[in-house]
Parts: sequence; structure tokens; C-alpha cells
Amino acid sequence: MNVAVAKTGKGRAVSDLFTSAEGRLPGSPTVIATRREAFETYERLGLPHRRIEEWKYTDLRALVGEVLPLAAAPDAAALKRAADAVKAQAIAGARKLVLVDGVFAADLSDVKELATEVGFRTLRETLEKDAGLLKTASTDAVIALNAAMATDGLVLSIADGAQLSVPIQIIHIATAASASSFTRSQVAIGKGARATIVESFVAAGAKAYQISDAVLITVGDDADVAHIRLMDDSPDALNVTSHFVTIGANVKFNFFNMTTGAAVSRLQGFITLAGEGSELSANGVNLLQKTEHGDTTLVVDHAVPNCVSREVFRAVIDDRAHSVFQGRIIVRPDAQKTDGKMMIRALLLSDEAEADNKPELEIFADDVSCGHGATAGALDDNLLFYLKARGLPEKQAQALLIQAFVGEAIEQIADDNLREHVIGIAERWLERRS
Amino acid sequence: MALLEVKDLQVRVEEREILHGLTLTVNEGEIHAIMGPNGSGKSTLSHVIAGKPGYEVTGGQILFKGEDLLEMKPEERAAKGVFLAFQYPVEIPGVATMTFLRTALNAQRKARGESEYSTPDFLKKVREVSKSLNIPQDMLKRGVNVGFSGGEKKRNEVLQMALFEPSLCILDEMDSGLDIDALRIAADGVNALHSPKRAMVVITHYQRLLNYIVPDVVHVMSKGRVVKSGGKELALELEASGYAQFEDAA
Repeated sequence: MNVAVAKTGKGRAVSDLFTSAEGRLPGSPTVIATRREAFETYERLGLPHRRIEEWKYTDLRALVGEVLPLAAAPDAAALKRAADAVKAQAIAGARKLVLVDGVFAADLSDVKELATEVGFRTLRETLEKDAGLLKTASTDAVIALNAAMATDGLVLSIADGAQLSVPIQIIHIATAASASSFTRSQVAIGKGARATIVESFVAAGAKAYQISDAVLITVGDDADVAHIRLMDDSPDALNVTSHFVTIGANVKFNFFNMTTGAAVSRLQGFITLAGEGSELSANGVNLLQKTEHGDTTLVVDHAVPNCVSREVFRAVIDDRAHSVFQGRIIVRPDAQKTDGKMMIRALLLSDEAEADNKPELEIFADDVSCGHGATAGALDDNLLFYLKARGLPEKQAQALLIQAFVGEAIEQIADDNLREHVIGIAERWLERRS
Repeated sequence: MALLEVKDLQVRVEEREILHGLTLTVNEGEIHAIMGPNGSGKSTLSHVIAGKPGYEVTGGQILFKGEDLLEMKPEERAAKGVFLAFQYPVEIPGVATMTFLRTALNAQRKARGESEYSTPDFLKKVREVSKSLNIPQDMLKRGVNVGFSGGEKKRNEVLQMALFEPSLCILDEMDSGLDIDALRIAADGVNALHSPKRAMVVITHYQRLLNYIVPDVVHVMSKGRVVKSGGKELALELEASGYAQFEDAA
């Protein structure tokens, strides 16, 4: 199924993607109609390409070409493989919720162990009644495709005032090779609640698969939330994820993303500060090697006055890999006293590595403090020599300096246990460097 | 066998010859001072011994315990027992001093085929060594040299020297940027580490440092060569009469 072909009028081939999956897509007849509509939007637009400004550096038509057929529901063997992968990924003490090839796996999950203040349903259950979760304001083709094809996801609601002592960890496991999976989840966090949500993406033996995920998050006033996403998919996979986050008043929201896998990945986050007095800390690390392409695109929308946003991003790019960071800060006309800062730094480990950093400020208010900075460079030879003169071989000296470089973003994670987990993933990435 | 033998060493940097046939022999346990005016090649010599890139050796050789040092990578030289105390130790933000010390010590031990230190054993050793050198524990928790004063940076170099137990220490202008108190503390550290098995090469512009670290042999360098060698009294002579006489000799 070549999407470029679809654009030239031979749409029938693309429609196979939908019609062949339709029987397996959950939802009432109304929901199916919504899906069909979303799919038509996707068909009309096709996969994003470089002539669409937001996708300029990540031309999915050129990089991916086609959307693979929907993965079959996991069988017993797949679930067995997934169980082993879950064990390897699990954060000590966290409540696990597991999606295998886009389908919720109850037996691998800790639903019964969830705190009583946490409401839980699957997307599948929700769609029996209502198509609401498939609707977003976005006109992005990948989001439309996700709405059309989403097989499952988690619908979580955290009650007002809930103080969750352990993280909720959503683990996406891919077991099906050369197939695609589509998930969509919602997390509604109540007023004054305190919660940590971790998302992990990994493969259990699968190769060359495609992941499309969407997460809709709402945060009530006075809440304190940490949201950590760790994408460590197979090196030949595709992962396209969209986050929609709406933040209330006096909230502390701490987001961290780390990309250590996938041949092609894009995380696009749309974060709206909709209540006054909130503090957003959004940070990330891209660790890329071989020919990997990793794109983090973040739009932070200051819709109201008196909010603070801080973004610290680090990219480490080896071989012929390509890192993209696009960060846009929008300050609406009413959003006076906005304080928004963004710092992007890329470390190029090879002459053929590529970094595209695109910070953008769109400021419509006149009493604000906003700034951004972007740098790209190689490891400092003087620091390397100092370490080598103390006995560290080249690779080990580089590893120490790389860890220090990404440390500034990783140290924004407040929880010691989680931070160690993230450092562990970064260390394994360093060990994979040839 | 001499510990370090530099024979007729010729070194270029970007097409310009800096060392034109330098010869120097250091035996176990000796303290040598290398003095000379700016631009005489003192620091170049220390960098070439440590293996810093950017220098082209066009002639001569350097033997360390009889082995060809120039064939070794910087980290191999370190593991064999060569230690360069930097004139300007670099700051490495984000790398905790403790992590750096443990990684470096274990890398050297591994290269020598020795067992690596466990974390508790390492901590014990660092505490002992830093205590004997009066180095406060909180310095070890900070990033390597980050926010350190000139004196603290030099003490960190001395701490590494004590921890790695090299057989040859080259101190490159360790007095630069230090006030007299800091200099005394750093020099005391160096003196405490001097032993019959460990040689020191003290590179300095001024005689001042040699009041604290007393050399067995003093060499005067000028224009890329050693132009005169003698006992410690040579340093005093230099202090009185300056380098000009030797510049003519070169």
C-alpha cells in the first residue's frame, strides 16, 4: 500500500488498510462511522511529508512509505514473550498496565492493585458507547489515522485529591513483526491529585513494526504530576506518538521523554497551560545511532497569564542518525507575565550525524519573559584528553561525557528510583554503540 | 634502567618545530625540575609524554621503563604509571568527582590485569587518601573541578596522583594561578607522595615552587632543548641572573 499512490487517485489500495481491519475495530455503529470519517480525512491528506511545515524534517512518505496492516490480536505465544519483556521493563513498585500489539493484556497488568482512587477502563469498553475519545481538534493526518484505527488503550481517571504513592506504568509491547498497532489512551487527573505516569515502549522479538499512539491528558487544578515516556522500540520500528495535554491552575507538571529506539520516531506534544499559576517542566533526551531518525516536536501554549514553562532538551547523535527538535512556545494575548524558556543542545558524535533544532516563539502578549537557545557541537577534545590521561579508553571517556551531557535533562526527574531506571536505559544505549 | 629516557626528541606543532633534539633521563625516586622561559617547550614536553594529540614527533624517542612510550595511547601510558598533573585541570560538569575517580582507577587496574575495586573498597580508599591530604569530602561530591578554586583544582590533581600511584609524575606549572598558601598545601601533598620508587618532574617558570619541592636535578630549557643541567643551586642561580644567558647558549 503506497500512500503516494493513494494521493494520485488510486485510493482503493489504501482503503484496504481500513476495510481489512474494520471487522476487528471495536465500537458501536456510531463509533465506526466516526472512524470512517477519520479515515477519510487521513486518506485525503495521506502520510505527512516535507511540504507540510510541521513535518518538514520528518517526511514520513519518504522515510516510511507505507502503513503496514493491522497486527493480529496477540496469541498465547505472543503473550508469553510479552510477559518476559514486561518483567525486564517493570519499575519496582509500579502498577503495570500492559498493551500487547495494541490490545490491553489484563493478565500481564496490575488492575486489581491499582489504588482505589484510580478509575480504569479500556478504550475498547469506552467505545461501546461513545466515540468521544476518538475526536480531537487536530487536523494532523497521523492523528486522524490513529482515531480511525485505534484498537485499544487505557482510560484512567485519578480522583480529586488522590495521592498515588507508586507510579502507574503503561507498557507497550510489540510482538508482531511487519504489522502496525494503534493505541489511544486518556488520563484524567483530578484536582489536587499527585501522580506519576510512566510509559514504556519495547519490542518482544518483533521487528519492522509500526506503532501509532495518542495520549489525551487533562490535569485538574493544584495537581502535581510527573509524566515520563521511555521509547526504546526495536531499531527497525516506527513510532509516531501524539500527546494532548491540558493543564489547570497552580499545577506542577513535569514531563520527560527519552528516545533510544526505532528507525523512525516522532513524538509530538501539544501542551496547553489553561489555568494560571502553573509550572511546566518539559524535558527530553534523544539518543540516536546508525541511521535512526528521532523527532521531538513540542508546542507549549500559554493560554493564560502567570505560568512558567521550562524545556531542556539534549540530543546525542552518532553515525548517520538524524535528530529533530522543534519547540514552539505560544504566548496568547492575555497570557501576561508568562515566563517561558527553552534550551536545546545537540552533541554530534560523527561527521555524518545531523541535528535540526528549531526553536520558535510566538508571542502575542507584551509583558512576558521568554527565551530560547540552541547549540550543536562535538565532544570537547580537551575533556576527552583529560579523561584518557587518567586511564579511560576512548569509548569509556566518551560515555562519561555523554552521560554528563544528557544528565542535565535526566536530573529533572525528581524521583530517585525513576531517574536510576532512565539512567540504566541510557547506559544500555551507550553499550550498544559499536 | 632509567625510568624515563627522552632521547633527541624532535616535535612539531602545525609545521613549527618546538623541540629540537631534547634529551632527558630520570631515574626512580628522583625529583627533576625543568625550568625555562615561556615558549621554551616545557609544556610541549609534558604533553608529548602524556600523549596529547596535536603534536607530531619527527625524531627521537621516549622510553618508559624501557618501553616505547610513543607507541602507546594516553590511557595505556596512564595505566603503565605516567601521570601528568595539568597546568589547567579542565572542569567536567555533570561528572561527579567520585564517579570519575572510581572509573579512572578501575580502568587503569583493568588495563594492568588487576581486579577492579568494589564500591565500598573504593570509598574506603578515597576517604583514607583524601583525609591524609586534607581534602574535604564535599569536594568529591561536586562535578570534576566544577567551581573549584585554583588551589582546589591542584589538590584534586594531587589526590589523583595519590590514588593512582603512578611511578612518574609530571607536574606542569603547578604553581600557576596559586597564592602562596595554596602553593604550600599542594607542594606538601606532592612531597608526601614522593618515594624511592616514584619520580617527579616539576615543570616551572619560577624558582619559588622549588622552595617547597626540592629537586635533585635542575634542567634549564631554552628554545626546545635542555641547555644546562645541575644541582638545586642552579635554580637559585637562575633566580638571580635570569634566563637571558641561556637563551644565547641555545
